[in-house]
Amino acid sequence: MSADFLISVIITIVGASTPILLAGLGELVTEKSGVLNLGVEGMMLVGAIAGFAAVDATGSPWLAVLVAAAAGAAVSMIFAVLTLSLRANQVATGLALTIFGTGLSTLAGHSYTGRPIKPFTTIFPDVLAAHPFGRVLFGYSPLVYFSFIMVALVAWFLNRTRPGLILRAVGENDHSAHSIGYSVIGVRYGAVAFGGAMAGIGGAAFPLVLTPLWAEGLTGGRGWIAIALVVFSGWRPTRLLAGAYFFGLLGTLELYAKASGTIFTAVLPSEGWAALPYLATVVVLAIISASKAGGGNAPACLGRPFTPTA
Amino acid sequence: MRLKFERRAEPSRLMLYASPVGAVLLTMLVGALVFSLIGYNGFGAVYQVFIAPLVTSYKWGDIAVKASPLILIGVGLAVGNRAAIWNIGAEGQYVVGGLAGVGIGLMTQKMTGAWILPSMLLAGIVGGAVWGAIPAALKNWFNVNETLSSLMMTYVAIHLMNHMVTGPWKDPTGFSYPQTPLVTPSQTLPILVPGTYVHLGVVITLVIALILWFLMSRSLFGFQVRVVGSAPSAARHGGFSQKATVWMVFLLSGGLAGLAGIFEVTGPFGQMSLGFPQNYGFTAIIVAFLGRLNPLGVIIAGIVLAVTYVGGDLAQSVLQLPNASKGIFQAMMLFFLLASDILIRYRVRLVSSAPAPAMAAPARSPAE
Repeated sequence: MSADFLISVIITIVGASTPILLAGLGELVTEKSGVLNLGVEGMMLVGAIAGFAAVDATGSPWLAVLVAAAAGAAVSMIFAVLTLSLRANQVATGLALTIFGTGLSTLAGHSYTGRPIKPFTTIFPDVLAAHPFGRVLFGYSPLVYFSFIMVALVAWFLNRTRPGLILRAVGENDHSAHSIGYSVIGVRYGAVAFGGAMAGIGGAAFPLVLTPLWAEGLTGGRGWIAIALVVFSGWRPTRLLAGAYFFGLLGTLELYAKASGTIFTAVLPSEGWAALPYLATVVVLAIISASKAGGGNAPACLGRPFTPTA
Repeated sequence: MRLKFERRAEPSRLMLYASPVGAVLLTMLVGALVFSLIGYNGFGAVYQVFIAPLVTSYKWGDIAVKASPLILIGVGLAVGNRAAIWNIGAEGQYVVGGLAGVGIGLMTQKMTGAWILPSMLLAGIVGGAVWGAIPAALKNWFNVNETLSSLMMTYVAIHLMNHMVTGPWKDPTGFSYPQTPLVTPSQTLPILVPGTYVHLGVVITLVIALILWFLMSRSLFGFQVRVVGSAPSAARHGGFSQKATVWMVFLLSGGLAGLAGIFEVTGPFGQMSLGFPQNYGFTAIIVAFLGRLNPLGVIIAGIVLAVTYVGGDLAQSVLQLPNASKGIFQAMMLFFLLASDILIRYRVRLVSSAPAPAMAAPARSPAE
């Protein structure tokens, strides 16, 4: 195996891991505040089409990322109003959001199907990425570096800052947080909006970084894997990073199985490789959920609507 | 001024039944406005999606055929959601049910006999139930969240189907199209209304929905499901097993989704192809909620959603409205329904944002 091949594999894995890492980080913060939003897939798709349309119109991928974040946060507000203000069931509302986002992105993307855009390429000077080993460090889209920065920022925010402490308190014991005087609903609105913005950016990574084309339903269930990742991580940002790269690796195997054929498909047909990330999610969930470290670490108020008593 | 929610002493029965109707009407109104705003003929779209299929009598058969899988899957999901058990993988159970039935179909290609079709239907039920048993087992044995596992198994099912349809089970005479051989006459559901596609499965669906309505409202099983869903601790004290309920719910909803799958193979599709997954499993979630988790309501809701399927096709051919629009209408219905749920348990009052001073400042007394 040549060094060039190995490096191209690493770069593919990083590309496949970044969207689920971004979306997973957003969902982690949402869940830490006690809200289970199953609409990640829908928010990713809305972010993807918003980002695509923004690049197509302006040519600026930087602006596209902002537009995608705003679009993801905007659709997440439908979920927030229904579940937080109107106390609707979070599971059903999240599902509705995914169905809505899928329909909206398909409708809005109808006229873009197959149209190419300028991809969001590297920020570092080419000379740094010229050497194969330089490429492993400097050869990525800015979104990749952004995802690493966000892991550190989210970990710092949750564990080291006062607003982070308040957010965790709201997720662990909403009534106590309320009686001390914190706005439970307000904090949760913020956490849902952050989750929506991150899902939007994660979705936009598909057309901006991975495949610079519009295709219907291009996230292919990665939003659901992002939700599973949060459980996998035990609600810890650093373990989420490891999980995202594990699933990114599995997703990459499918690409190589399709491309190189024989070696891979002798073991398992290409559809088997395609199904592997989903099967692995189920197996990993079983291992994590059965052990104490998994389910026991969930925010105590996760999925429960908050009704102020006074 | 702001809105204030006051808890009702009793849940409102009026709101329970009025809110689904209101949700459909609001969807039509808001949908028309939104689609007009984004540059389509909004009112025309709503007419094509919701009204045109109902006033065109030759479309009624299509509505019945589309409603059948939605109702069959929807009643199963309604039972599960009553128990607060979330099977969102019905699409996968539908696909595996279809696959299992096709497996029997391939073995009986050269045979005739009245036993062939029933054994295919039975295989469909078993296939769907087995796929449904996976998330149930994972939940009961390893405490895995069933929402995620049932959905992940849907992707696995679709990849399995893609493999079978493009590989081992591909029709050798199919001009290399990825599809299984057509079902033989012994493997086909009889057509009940000549000139339409209305097949025996439509009637079986209605019978099953009525049986489930009876079981849910009149039997111990229905009581157990409702208690486990609404008062888990009371259920434990009453001796109802949470785990047994999980098994029952998944085997039932999986089996019904599998039956819906094999009905499609032996009915409208006549074979399996890459286009076999039609999102019925996901749309049925909306059907279950719109039908208020009541099997009789699910029949009506299934017809409403079937109208949007048929109407979505009409809107595409008449107005060139992309087919995805029907998904937006369907999701809006669920949004409005969930938003109105609060009206069942709460009364909405418009109150002054500063209520206290209004009360504390009575008319000036004559003594002053």
